Amino acid sequence: MDNQGVLGIFSYVDLTVNAVRKLKDAGFKNLRVFSPVPNHEIEDAVGEPESIVRFFTLFGAMLGTACGIGFTVLTSSDWPIQVSAKPIVSIPPFIVIIFELTILMGSLSTLLGLLINSRLRRNAPRNMYDPRFTDDKFGVMVTCGKDNVKKVEDILNSQGAEEVKFDGV
Amino acid sequence: MSEQNSLTYAKVNEDVIRMLDKPTVKWLALFLPVLGFVGFGMFCFLYQVYTGLGVAGYRHPVFWGVYITDFVFWVGIAHSGTLISAILYLFRASFRVSIYRIAEAMTVFAVLTAGLFPIIHLGRPWFFYWLFPYPNQRELWVNFKSPLLWDVFAVSTYLTVSSVFFFVGMIPDIAAIRDKVKEVPRKIAYTILSLGWKGSNWEWLHYSRAYLYFAAFATPLVLSVHSVVSWDFAMANLPGWHTTIFAPYFVAGAIFSGLGMVITLTIPIRKIFALEDYITLDNYDGMAKMIILTSLIVGYAYGVEFFMAWYSGSPAEWGQFYYRVTGEYALFYWIMVVCNVLIPIPLWFKSVRRNIKALFIISIFINIGMWFERFNIIVISLSQGFEPGAWGIYKVSWVEMGITVGSFAWFFMFFLIFIKTLPAISIAELKEILPVPKKEAKHHG
Repeated sequence: MDNQGVLGIFSYVDLTVNAVRKLKDAGFKNLRVFSPVPNHEIEDAVGEPESIVRFFTLFGAMLGTACGIGFTVLTSSDWPIQVSAKPIVSIPPFIVIIFELTILMGSLSTLLGLLINSRLRRNAPRNMYDPRFTDDKFGVMVTCGKDNVKKVEDILNSQGAEEVKFDGV
Repeated sequence: MSEQNSLTYAKVNEDVIRMLDKPTVKWLALFLPVLGFVGFGMFCFLYQVYTGLGVAGYRHPVFWGVYITDFVFWVGIAHSGTLISAILYLFRASFRVSIYRIAEAMTVFAVLTAGLFPIIHLGRPWFFYWLFPYPNQRELWVNFKSPLLWDVFAVSTYLTVSSVFFFVGMIPDIAAIRDKVKEVPRKIAYTILSLGWKGSNWEWLHYSRAYLYFAAFATPLVLSVHSVVSWDFAMANLPGWHTTIFAPYFVAGAIFSGLGMVITLTIPIRKIFALEDYITLDNYDGMAKMIILTSLIVGYAYGVEFFMAWYSGSPAEWGQFYYRVTGEYALFYWIMVVCNVLIPIPLWFKSVRRNIKALFIISIFINIGMWFERFNIIVISLSQGFEPGAWGIYKVSWVEMGITVGSFAWFFMFFLIFIKTLPAISIAELKEILPVPKKEAKHHG
């Protein structure tokens, strides 16, 4: 059972990346890296799959388009009054509404996707977070079995961690 | 960004969070008069509601006046915020980093201000919700063929999307403040606003993607919003309005005026909070270059309007433009030309683009010029339409001026509150352009 959290705190990106690589080589998969900025080197080292927020965006935008078409066409047909000698269902002006609703619903579902996805995997124990991660420190958290704690600690220390903290999950 | 190389991650946090210290006497000295003007604007509005729209200067044939001018002006001001935050983000223009948060805040507050004016302009403002399509007992729906309704959709979408973009961009920075502040009430407020941000790789992964999509949505949105606003006019068969150039003309004008406002706002902030290390001369240089470009487009549009009026052979159209430069409102027309076309010309010189005082003065003139541009388009066109028998003059009333002044105060009120409560410079993005802290001294930009 992976039930012990070990957190190493680093000051430098290169050391953080090396530690992540070493940990992965040693077979630890349950890693979480904290950083004050998004960093591609860390991203590559952790090897995360592509974010699924894009599907939320696509679905929301398509839903917005559908709503825009449905809304304008159905309400216009519901009470057919001819305006400016134009057809009841007159596509060019409706495009504006359809466009705006596409953007609106696409953006809102992107927001939803962001909130859902970054919350879902929030399984880190609260006290394993260090406030310096939003300032200038980097953190590597490994969740591992009790017997592996020493091994993880050694890897973190050998890679130049300034501090190593422990916590049960 | 050579000037920013002396900064470190920790210093960025410290400097940005320092701006949120207790309000100083100087801040209060600005804030209280601003509140007073907001109060005066509200008084004018209530007086108008109580007395009726007659207290505005509306006289036949001019029934769109200063309120609609203010509406278009504020929507325009909003635009450069999105330009700087979204379009320049997509183009990876690094000079945007230190100014984009301020520009984005300006966008949100300007749209908030703009949104008031169509309501102020209504005869019965308490029925403003009739603009929205909602099921009602009369089974009536709104007219989707009306540009005014497009406006409702465009402006409310713009307000929603730019607020979301503004807020999402701030989440990591709010978390940084949360981790620094000591006082309990502030800590609680920032903890809630940060949505539990911890800066882990999963969060950054989704965040970076989502942010890119927001930028990708905001970019066409910003172009559409001012195009839609321009169609409020261009769809009507009125000399001076009925032209296909309006959409790009308005969008360029919007970005032009918005950049002017960004410069007007950031120069005092930079000085007061000693942010010379962050908002650098390079930033202003970049903005000034965009001002040159948009000023040229706007100037070109002024010229083309005359050419088209002449080339179309329409006496009403030509009469309208002849009236603009020689009639009762000619002074306003020439103010517009001088402020928007002539005054920005010195920006062609690098020494002017990097001279803060000169930039500040030019930016004020741009704000004035762009307000008059909207006034000219709206009022002059309406006052001389097709029928000479139906020509008339519109004079601005004190109520309209009061509400206009109040709207500026309303905008600055939000801005002053923002400066003291939220991170005015993006901490996370600024760190991204700093050299990455590495043990082996390799520099990555």
